[in-house]
Amino acid sequence: MTNPETKREITMLEAVREALVQEMRRDENVFLIGEDIGVYGGAFGVSKGMQEEFGMERVRDTPISEAGIAGACVGAALMGMRPVGEVMFMDFLTLMMDQLVNQAAKIRVMFGGKVSIPLVMRAPYGSGTGAAAQHCQSLESWFISTPGIKVICPSTPYDAKGLLVSAIRDNNPVVFMENKLLYKAKGFVPEDLYTLPISKGDVKREGKDMTIFSYGVTAQRSLEAAEILAKEGIDIEVIDPRTLKPLDKDLVIQSVSKTGRLLIVHEATKTGGFAGEVTSVVCESEAFDRLDAPIKRLCGLDIPIPYNRTLEKAATPQVEDIVKAARSLAIEGR
Amino acid sequence: MPVHTKDVSNELQLDPKIRKQIVQRLSKEKLQKMLEQMFLTRFFEENAEALYMRGLVHGTMHLSIGMEASPIGSIAAIRDDDYILHHHRGHGHTIAKGADITLMMGEFIGKEPGYCRGRGGSMHIADIAGRNLGATGIVGGGLPTAVGIGLALQMKKTDNILLCFFGDGATNEGSFHEALNMAALWKLPIVFICDNNQYGMSMAVERAMTVHHISQRAAAYNIPGVTVDGNDVLAVYDKVSEAAMRARSGEGPTLVENLTYRWRGHSKSDRNLYRTQEEIEEWKQFDPIIRYTGWLQEYKVLSEDEIDSIEQSAKESINKATETALAFPEPTPENLEAEVFAP
Repeated sequence: MTNPETKREITMLEAVREALVQEMRRDENVFLIGEDIGVYGGAFGVSKGMQEEFGMERVRDTPISEAGIAGACVGAALMGMRPVGEVMFMDFLTLMMDQLVNQAAKIRVMFGGKVSIPLVMRAPYGSGTGAAAQHCQSLESWFISTPGIKVICPSTPYDAKGLLVSAIRDNNPVVFMENKLLYKAKGFVPEDLYTLPISKGDVKREGKDMTIFSYGVTAQRSLEAAEILAKEGIDIEVIDPRTLKPLDKDLVIQSVSKTGRLLIVHEATKTGGFAGEVTSVVCESEAFDRLDAPIKRLCGLDIPIPYNRTLEKAATPQVEDIVKAARSLAIEGR
Repeated sequence: MPVHTKDVSNELQLDPKIRKQIVQRLSKEKLQKMLEQMFLTRFFEENAEALYMRGLVHGTMHLSIGMEASPIGSIAAIRDDDYILHHHRGHGHTIAKGADITLMMGEFIGKEPGYCRGRGGSMHIADIAGRNLGATGIVGGGLPTAVGIGLALQMKKTDNILLCFFGDGATNEGSFHEALNMAALWKLPIVFICDNNQYGMSMAVERAMTVHHISQRAAAYNIPGVTVDGNDVLAVYDKVSEAAMRARSGEGPTLVENLTYRWRGHSKSDRNLYRTQEEIEEWKQFDPIIRYTGWLQEYKVLSEDEIDSIEQSAKESINKATETALAFPEPTPENLEAEVFAP
């Protein structure tokens, strides 16, 4: 379990900003590009104040041209720069798909491995803000199923800073998911620049009765659920992959081999979602023989996210849903 | 006669006096090199087609026979250390940017020593060391990427420029609008060059857009737009030189439309149902190689014998490259997944 040795508490939003600022001070090839990221500070305020320090060229406001932003990142990366793009909402990655999926992800192999595309596309995702069907999606599975793109989704400020720095230094296209509700969540974060390894998951809570695999905001909800169930005598291990692609399969296999039960929780819709892939990883491994009950998936409903608060909450796994699912899984097969 | 054939035969043709001035400005070496590259491109593609017919090529190809003047005249107008980004019909661009024809042919046949180690094929030939940043198979897909390349050149404060090539079809994609707007806004060092061969697969330009000339679209971005007789390598050289100078001096992009015509089908599945044989024959009257050799003789740059010898030598080079490339080793499937991510 990662516990930074610092007493400084900052929000995830501040941690993301700190990673960007410190990397931009260190490497002049790093620059930001996106809509309203300058004086406005970005739709969520991540880049607030950064244009003052780095100027309009390195914190570049663009017209509303998502394909253009993604293309600017691909082209600049092709030339050896390290662009960090911001898409206002993950939903708008749909407008960048050609540049990300057909260009960024393919160029390296298509050109015989003679170039690399070191770009980061930061993508605020998830529901809970009342922004309805076109501003609340979790679209990670599209990118997970595209060879050539890495997908990262931190659940704590500490992970966010260390992984964003690593993403910027990585020589591949990275979709970096930032949960909107977690922007205000606080955590201990060292002031110094540090990196965390990509493709290395983290045990967020140790336990022996069951494994919950989750990332982003649902990892935090899973931790809350685990505390509630601890009072009922159910000891849950919460593992957070942090990087979804390439996945730290060993972490999943080891944890499930130990606990014998697996609940996978994510906001993204269930059908064709990442939980199916994680299930297969376990089923194809030695951990399958250790299972005491069938693997369970608790995911977003297969619906467009509704506006109304009650309906919106019903669309994705909340703490009480995780408690219920985990409680039922704990006794299954006993 | 299609509208655009009339354009080339009348209004677009250079005044012979201007053409003579262009020839006089250029060295014999430069003029000869352009001719060599036109022959190399023509013979490369004729060989490619023949290999395909003989069943020696696994994949697809897009031939640019009849269109050679556009890439070759354009790329002759930039420096060796400048960059190009092009498209699926990109053999001429690759040759013009100085590629090794043996490695090109190797890639076309899908061999390991080919430019992209047999992973890209005809549609994706890139020569990164030669600053040919490759060809995209997505119509209009290179345009937003060009913005990033231009941005990097500007931010690194180089005096290099980028030629971004695309077809007429690409100008109907949304990416064209986003890219030209951004490049114009930031005065990026790019020349946007449309190889207008008048058909997006089977879709005739006049059925796909209401403007008569694609260059008119430049007005939407407040940048210069010019339509050139794209089968006149000298006219292309001249107009792209002007645009390159503008890009290099920080004044921003230009949209150059090289009006040309593809003699062959779109790709191997094309049966030419959307145009007449007469139309194709009409355009063959404007063969860019025959026109150019005519002017070179007229202005006494090269004699008929010299031209014949250049032609013969290009043919031999391509035949030799083909022979060498056919004997290249095949790539092997080990470690295919390991090469997806860069270390």
